Amino acid sequence: MLHDRDRIFRNIYGFHDVGLKGAMRRGAWDGTKFFIDKGHDYIIDEVKKSGLRGRGGAGFPTGLKWSFMPKADVRPSYLVINADESEPGSCKDREILRHDPHLMIEGALLASFAMRAHTCYVYVRGEYIREREALQRAINEAYEAKLVGKNNVHGWDFDIFVHHGAGAYICGEETAMLESLEGKKGQPRLKPPFPANVGLYGAPTTINNVESIAVAGEILRRGSAWFAALGKPNNTGTKLFQISGHVERPCVVEEEMGIPLKELIDRHCGGIRGGWDNLLAVIPGGSSVRCITAEQAEAVTMDFDALGKLGSGLGTAAVIVMDKSTDIIAAIRRIAYFYKHESCGQCTPCREGTGWMWRVLERMERGEAEKREIDLLFDVTKQVEGHTICALGDAAAWPVQGLIKNFRPVIEARIDDYQRKHARVAAE
Amino acid sequence: MAVRRLNAVQPAQFAFTPENLAWASKTIAKYPAGKQASAIIPLLWRAQEQAGWLPEPAIRLVCDMLGMAHIRGLEVATFYTMFHLSPVGSKAHIQVCGTTPCMLRGSGELIAVCKNRIDGHSHTPNADGTLSWEEVECIGVCANAPVVQVGKDTYEDLTPEQLTKIIDAFVAGRQPKPGSQIGRVASSPVTGPTTLTDPTLYDGSSIGAWKKRFEETSGDQAEKTQESPPASALASPAHKAQVDAAASPAAGEAKAPPVHPAALTAMANAGLVKELEGRGSGKALSAGEIDKIKADMIRDRAAAASRNVEPELLKEPRGGNADDLSLIPGVSADVVDQLHTMGIWHFDQIAKWTPQNVAWFEVQLEGFMGRVTRDKWIEQAQKLASGWRPESKAGKRPKG
Repeated sequence: MLHDRDRIFRNIYGFHDVGLKGAMRRGAWDGTKFFIDKGHDYIIDEVKKSGLRGRGGAGFPTGLKWSFMPKADVRPSYLVINADESEPGSCKDREILRHDPHLMIEGALLASFAMRAHTCYVYVRGEYIREREALQRAINEAYEAKLVGKNNVHGWDFDIFVHHGAGAYICGEETAMLESLEGKKGQPRLKPPFPANVGLYGAPTTINNVESIAVAGEILRRGSAWFAALGKPNNTGTKLFQISGHVERPCVVEEEMGIPLKELIDRHCGGIRGGWDNLLAVIPGGSSVRCITAEQAEAVTMDFDALGKLGSGLGTAAVIVMDKSTDIIAAIRRIAYFYKHESCGQCTPCREGTGWMWRVLERMERGEAEKREIDLLFDVTKQVEGHTICALGDAAAWPVQGLIKNFRPVIEARIDDYQRKHARVAAE
Repeated sequence: MAVRRLNAVQPAQFAFTPENLAWASKTIAKYPAGKQASAIIPLLWRAQEQAGWLPEPAIRLVCDMLGMAHIRGLEVATFYTMFHLSPVGSKAHIQVCGTTPCMLRGSGELIAVCKNRIDGHSHTPNADGTLSWEEVECIGVCANAPVVQVGKDTYEDLTPEQLTKIIDAFVAGRQPKPGSQIGRVASSPVTGPTTLTDPTLYDGSSIGAWKKRFEETSGDQAEKTQESPPASALASPAHKAQVDAAASPAAGEAKAPPVHPAALTAMANAGLVKELEGRGSGKALSAGEIDKIKADMIRDRAAAASRNVEPELLKEPRGGNADDLSLIPGVSADVVDQLHTMGIWHFDQIAKWTPQNVAWFEVQLEGFMGRVTRDKWIEQAQKLASGWRPESKAGKRPKG
């Protein structure tokens, strides 16, 4: 089990002082100048060696991402922090923003310095109003203490601004976020060019998740080897897990990467409601990954690779637990509706496909369908997946594929049941 | 997509209060000169806070303030679903999260409360216009489900009875206490936290502890080898071996950066239709077959990436003169910059690449998978290194 002293987010529940003084007492802003004096490449190198993979869902190596930024460019460089946490099941960035914001602000300075950026925008989702107020308070404190801003004590001019959205899941996609930040509809851009070359306002930009940025300071202080020794190979460090749904005590908790799902739930959440025998399925990484069965859930570890092998994913480590009282078709139908609602409408396969999948699932939930439509639905998910500009199409297709792959008999039984009830009585 | 339209009845005009005007100019100043359009969401949001909903004249006013065409503002206002395009309840607009995590913990019953208490339809204020409700998509409070948001605050861990009480409080003009309604602190387990109980985290004793790492390591042996051992046990002997290998400088340099399979998938989807076709037999393939080929290709590439070898790199061009690498068709100006950053300055460097070098290069240059082979860089570089030059920059590929 992870020791408390190896946890990075020490005020994740807000039991302690969220202000600058309290944060410094817990170790934030400690030695920041020392690491900045070690130079741009030292920081990137340390983060690379730590094995930190992006915490926003895709798991791209963070240090590698930073190293893509041009070293000499006439254009300004930007860091954009993705605080548009909207993946159903995810609620970790919220806790960082309102309870441990100084870790993120310090990380933002270190990351910006590493990639030679002087400006950072934090894009907070529109619904997180109290959270962005809390973040702004923390930023004001940092400005007052001259930790950030022009001529700050760290010797690297750095401005950090809070920006916010207004209710659009798609703005969590990095290029949609840039469009939104430029004052447009949040419709993703084609890549390439990648944001590291042409990003915000046409300038080099790196977009990182709140958690990826917030752990940077502690990685430098404790050393990349410390971080790399936690977790499993290629899945290093600690991670904020968010467990919702049918567990006894849902919560957000920081644990080691690669912790067995069973241990995570038993230790921190008091187990599955009604015991492990009552478990039906788990969505291990937020709504857009394929669900896994109870049998798989008992054995799996929570890391990118183990979950990837099961055809699912770690995503944002948002664990949605469903016990046997769940109508799994309805649960996935609701996710399908979410993607229908959140599709930006730019690419036809996604705009039309998400609505189509939702409508078919509505019927399947009642059993009002033909069995051959299950294959047809699967085929449509394959037509959407990989045929859109951004990954929302994939994200909409995967949960439906997971449903068909793991729970096809449930759908078939529902259809049989409906047909039995509505069977035509043969004419005399 | 959600279809959203402006309300049929609109006020004649809208004006910001002086305080909001002052706030607006401060907000616009956050963005670089000429990029003031960035401020549109915050300004529209402030207009909505002032008016209770977002009337059409406010959209026009904000566009005029930011030098934007009105249609751009209408696009934004109709795209983002938190903008209320028609009036909502004056005392409370109840936003019930209905997405799966909340649904699993009973948001359906909360919606039923709203339907009974307010109106059968969402976005429809009740008779005296004080209350309205809507079902919103995930509001990111999943560990405290089910949840409703009213104004700036969320009300968490709700039951239908508690929601009724909260609505009563708003009707009576009181502000109910936000946050969890079952007395838990934020998203900690309801019986109390299972972690973060070590008092030494909070007594300031960890301050400065990092310095030891740098004091102990004197000379150029560097921090790498002498770090204090991590407090937690290493996960497995194999993992420990890998950590040690990564920590020793020699191994660290030869080690390839890890490539995430999803990144490879994205690259495979983006630019490799041709190669996909090449791997198939030329006839139309079914979805299943394409998937199999894709999976094979990703596997091959991942294997290649793990075998990759760094090619010869130079700190600076020989004699200070770099070759004009952009003469290789397929090498754009920014690719040239990246080549230089990596240490590649001359045709003959590229001409010598082995397939393992190409694999190394493709890992460095994210998103250009397959370009080197597709555009025949190596053959071109060989020809260019021999002194041959194309007739014009726009570029003929070397023939033969």
